[in-house]
Amino acid sequence: MKSIAELNAIREKMKNKVVIREGEGAIRVVVGMATCGIAAGARPVLNEFVKDVTDAGLSDKVTVTQTGCIGICQYEPVVEVFEDGKEKVTYVNMTAEKAKEVVEKHLKGGNVIAEYTISNK
Amino acid sequence: MIRSQVLVCGGTGCTSSGSQKIKEAFENEIKAKGLEEEVKVVGTGCFGLCAVGPIVIVYPDGTFYSMISAENVPEIVEEHLLKGRPVEKYMHHEHDEAIAEKLPTSLADTTFYKKQKRVALRNCGVINPEEIDEYIALDGYQALAKVLTEMKPEDVIQTILDSGLRGRGGGGFPTGRKWSFAAAQPAGKKYVVCNADEGDPGAFMDRSILEGDPHAVLEAMAIAGYAIGADEGYIYVRAEYPIAIHRLEIAIGQAREYGLLGNDIFGTGFNFDIKLRFGAGAFVCGEETALLTSIEGNRGEPRPRPPFPAVKGLFGKPTIINNVETYANICQIILKGADWFASMGTEKSKGTKVFALGGKITNTGLVEIPMGTTLREVVEEIGGGIPNGKKFKAAQTGGPSGGCIPASLFDTPIDYDSLIAIGSMMGSGGLIVMDEDTCMVDIAKFFLDFTVDESCGKCAPCRLGTRRLLEILDKITSGNGELEDIDKLEELCNYIKSASLCGLGQTAPNPVLSTLRYFRDEYVAHVVDKKCPAGVCKGLLSYEIIADKCKGCTACSRKCPVSAISGTVKNPHVIDTTKCVKCGVCMETCKFGAIVKH
Repeated sequence: MKSIAELNAIREKMKNKVVIREGEGAIRVVVGMATCGIAAGARPVLNEFVKDVTDAGLSDKVTVTQTGCIGICQYEPVVEVFEDGKEKVTYVNMTAEKAKEVVEKHLKGGNVIAEYTISNK
Repeated sequence: MIRSQVLVCGGTGCTSSGSQKIKEAFENEIKAKGLEEEVKVVGTGCFGLCAVGPIVIVYPDGTFYSMISAENVPEIVEEHLLKGRPVEKYMHHEHDEAIAEKLPTSLADTTFYKKQKRVALRNCGVINPEEIDEYIALDGYQALAKVLTEMKPEDVIQTILDSGLRGRGGGGFPTGRKWSFAAAQPAGKKYVVCNADEGDPGAFMDRSILEGDPHAVLEAMAIAGYAIGADEGYIYVRAEYPIAIHRLEIAIGQAREYGLLGNDIFGTGFNFDIKLRFGAGAFVCGEETALLTSIEGNRGEPRPRPPFPAVKGLFGKPTIINNVETYANICQIILKGADWFASMGTEKSKGTKVFALGGKITNTGLVEIPMGTTLREVVEEIGGGIPNGKKFKAAQTGGPSGGCIPASLFDTPIDYDSLIAIGSMMGSGGLIVMDEDTCMVDIAKFFLDFTVDESCGKCAPCRLGTRRLLEILDKITSGNGELEDIDKLEELCNYIKSASLCGLGQTAPNPVLSTLRYFRDEYVAHVVDKKCPAGVCKGLLSYEIIADKCKGCTACSRKCPVSAISGTVKNPHVIDTTKCVKCGVCMETCKFGAIVKH
């Protein structure tokens, strides 16, 4: 290795791959992945979140994880966003496209997309 | 895109209980479920809680599964990784019921981890030790980069001096001072050596660091090389540590490939390379001068100091020799600063220390705590106390060179000087807990037996003296001791301590001296009353069947290996004490509590 820039490049490239092990970030995105969620298409939603959060460089702040059935199966795929000191936001009938938007506007921009939330139903 | 990672412990403990099979089972099962693009399986170093291995951690939640077997894997993959429902029955449960009510889901929540402060072990159980990229991701080789581009060698030494770091291998000599002695020698060939000949029975922190974070040691050795002006390093590692050797070889290969070892590192003109040397398992080779002699290709025997290795070491050249755990602290000190390191610990003992908890304790394993944590906190809180409701009797620190700390000193803060003051020593960090069923004379004999075997034989006080000590202890434990033997023991101990050539002999009497100091009454009981209060020493035991309680079931007589028990069915049995070998099997067998030992 001839320069520190090379070392830093490897560090940046690899950081996203290990940051997941450093404990939970300030924001938790939880995707419902029970049978009902998976049947309704939760896997593409979860994968979209993982990809977009990583691409946006938010991996150290946002933890994307999954949970079982939360009991509102008719609204699956359901995604909950937890943030310390703020009220939980529940997005329903999610799709990969909506997930992309949530990462951009909510997680990055800080603005809840009201029309996708359960309170709008 | 990876959304979840399954970390499987690949330390020696978990490997020997089948963690490789578990890792393969996860890989196969994840593939079968079509999750290989989403879930990654990573083999790591030791997590520390070896008592409940094999350990599996699932991120991002950090769910902590303990005592996993390959059969449990399909269920975890199906439920947890596919459906997002952690499988509670396989998760770790706290022993303390009050805490257990709120099931800790993550490793960091357990009482075992809460009080720990991980510096030397920071990457163990976090990264894949066979992947240099993962080490780099967590700021690996940044300290070397900083040192080579921003600091002068004297700044590096000053930083280490200011941090207050002391050698973690036993003696506790200030690391910065050692480095400055070698740096002060005229320029020319110098060496950096890593002592990875971890020989204390019960200590395994160096092994775990080498297995879990080998690059941290390589990077620190390169930094040391820059500080003292050396271009070559040796790691002297025990051949009995195959996993550590394997990972070191991989790590050295990867570092060379990246140009982090070799010539012109970071284009600064600094050259440094590292070679491995394997020790054949002689305890004395953990002593620095014997270790250097062994690297040179000679029989591992110590030589008198001075000259110290910093002046005349490996192949007669100035050499610094530090222990694995000491090196594991260096990069963090460089990156976070001397003040950060010095803010942990006590006035004269800075930073943290790794201890290998063993013996009669619930959470056997590896813990890293700030210096100055009390023995009570380590044993009762982190260690989870003593199993089966037994009472704490003593803790042994420092292995065969250390001593026993009695219950009355349970609140002693653990640091170099406090331990010396009470007749023990830090040593490399083995901490063996003993309960009321442990005989202290027997313990002293155990360690003496070890040093007699391991004495290299070069100097008479150690070679002959330790053997005489062991003979006296044998005499006492077999019931033939006399009161004057105790005085003889003490006198001989002091001779050996003051006249031996190296640390092995100088510290060998410590287990005897410290047990004499705190448990003299037990020695007296062996000699005068011919009794072993803990019921361990076979020469002083006798088993007896209480006729009133014996139902004549014949269970014991059938189990007795020497047919020493006679009697007829439904009539009380009798033990023939002349035949009895005191194995205790009869007592374990009896369902009626009719057999007692004296």
